[in-house]
Amino acid sequence: MSASTRPSLGRIALNGAAGIALLYILLPLIFVTWLAFFRQEIPSFPPEGYSVKWFAAAANNQPFINGFLLSLQVGVAATLIGLLVGVPASLALVRHRIVLGPVFNTLLLLPLVMPGIVLGTAMYVFQIETEIATGLPVMGSIGGLIAAHALVVIPWVVRLVTASLVGFDRTIEEAAQNLGAGPFTTFRRVTLPSIRPGLVAASLFGFVTSFGNLEMSLFLVGPGRTTLPIAILQYLEWKIDPTVAAASLIQIVLIAVAMIVTDRYVKLSRVV
Amino acid sequence: MARLSIEHLRKTYGDLTVVDDVAIDIADGEFLVLLGPSGCGKTTTLRMVAGFIAPSAGNITIGDRSVTTLPPWKRNCGLVFQSYALFPHMTVAENVAFGLEMRKVSPADRAPRVAEALRLVQLAGFDERYPRQLSGGQQQRVALARALAMEPDVLLLDEPLSNLDAKLRQEVRVEIRDLQRKLGLTTIMVTHDQEEALTMADRLVVMEKGKVRQIGSQRELYEKPADRFVAGFIGRSAFLDGEITAPGRFRTKGGVEIACAAATGNGAATLALRPERIAVAGDAQGLRNHFQARVEHASYLGALLDIDVSLSGHDRMLLQIPNKAGVAEPKPGETITIGWAEDAGLVYPREA
Repeated sequence: MSASTRPSLGRIALNGAAGIALLYILLPLIFVTWLAFFRQEIPSFPPEGYSVKWFAAAANNQPFINGFLLSLQVGVAATLIGLLVGVPASLALVRHRIVLGPVFNTLLLLPLVMPGIVLGTAMYVFQIETEIATGLPVMGSIGGLIAAHALVVIPWVVRLVTASLVGFDRTIEEAAQNLGAGPFTTFRRVTLPSIRPGLVAASLFGFVTSFGNLEMSLFLVGPGRTTLPIAILQYLEWKIDPTVAAASLIQIVLIAVAMIVTDRYVKLSRVV
Repeated sequence: MARLSIEHLRKTYGDLTVVDDVAIDIADGEFLVLLGPSGCGKTTTLRMVAGFIAPSAGNITIGDRSVTTLPPWKRNCGLVFQSYALFPHMTVAENVAFGLEMRKVSPADRAPRVAEALRLVQLAGFDERYPRQLSGGQQQRVALARALAMEPDVLLLDEPLSNLDAKLRQEVRVEIRDLQRKLGLTTIMVTHDQEEALTMADRLVVMEKGKVRQIGSQRELYEKPADRFVAGFIGRSAFLDGEITAPGRFRTKGGVEIACAAATGNGAATLALRPERIAVAGDAQGLRNHFQARVEHASYLGALLDIDVSLSGHDRMLLQIPNKAGVAEPKPGETITIGWAEDAGLVYPREA
């Protein structure tokens, strides 16, 4: 009782360190948010005044709008493909003794740790070679972009779905079968609902990863087609006004809202 | 309901035989308990009946239907799992209705049957709860209701009480037994708890190392254990190793001569005595066998006293006597008179 009333020196140090780390993580967010409300065009400190005009500028910037729509499209499609590939892969890895199982597991997680530039180069060369070999218009197509993005979604799906399958009590599948459910009905009615938190989290993180991907997209976008991160980069080549900060803040808010809404249905802190 | 027949059932994994030529016939409405130490093959046998493990050989027939090669979802066996295995994302009513839903019973017809099943297990009104909102005992009842609602041909219980606390276990035992009788359910229960098996079963099957050691009623197993294993597993026995010297005569390793009606044949043997059939002091007078024994250890168990004695340097045995008022328990080192009747023991050939 008495020991817990007075925090120890170690406790204070630990909390201090945690506070510094948190501040370090949040600092860029704080500055971007601040910058988005500056009135003047050239970001200089202290600000001359505050304004919301850059939000209107960002929302009316045609390359940003086109980029946003493309990123949205690619992100959704890549997430769906990632789920279709990643869920069966996770089931196979967790439930069956597969020859070289750990190797496959590592391979499926590899895109997550691979530098984006390396991955982009590899996809670029691969798609060009595919186009040469098959004559199909792969390079620069939206299909090629989606395929590449699916690659960075898969590790999220495999990681999170595998984690929820490991803790899953398989006797409830047996119970369903005992009650008359065939394998497919068992999966749909019992397995899927039980791993739903993992699926939701995987979709969310997979989508965000795809949406924010710059390096791979740089290699793969076709003429006249840019994703939002590329549109922002291109804008920055000519101007440094707070429009970019405003666009970023809009993105941050959208993602935060998505996470909060998701968290209401699925406790993200429990699956990630 | 239906009778169930298991013939020459065998399960092997490589060189390992976990179920070895098991044959059991269960009558319509009978409550049969598979009893044995862990790893004896009882759960594997039950899972083969349910269809979760494919037998290496043998046949399983429910009613007139051979189910040996049918998948679990076509067998119509209601299984209550040790962990209950309730669907966590479904309400109690949805859990209980699942089997009916799979049988394409219309929602309108499901409702009364779900209500009836929940009433049977005394959980009426719990329909909208989720399993996590229920106590262990209530979850166990839902699992039972779920198995009953689909009107199975046989009810299978896999250690259904092992996760309940001792007091609740005793209540649920009686409830399950009453329900089973009332509905006339052909039932197989697996347990390692001897007391549970003895209080619930019509007949018991004692298994060990994949084999059936004995099938019989409680009385048959206790009074006439088929072998040394059953004699030690059902109730307790004091075992004395020795040999049969002549018909009706048994000599222990330590050279104690015992008159024993069951001693026939010859050679190395083991004499098994029920500890409570051994009398002490005055009660031992007049019995055919009586000896002076040295008390090694005495345990005070309330109504009973467990006394560990040695007859000679090589022969130790356990006896159990009622705890009589005003009589102090014997102290280690004391010498007491013990005795038993000529027909009290059973003799088994010595096992390697």
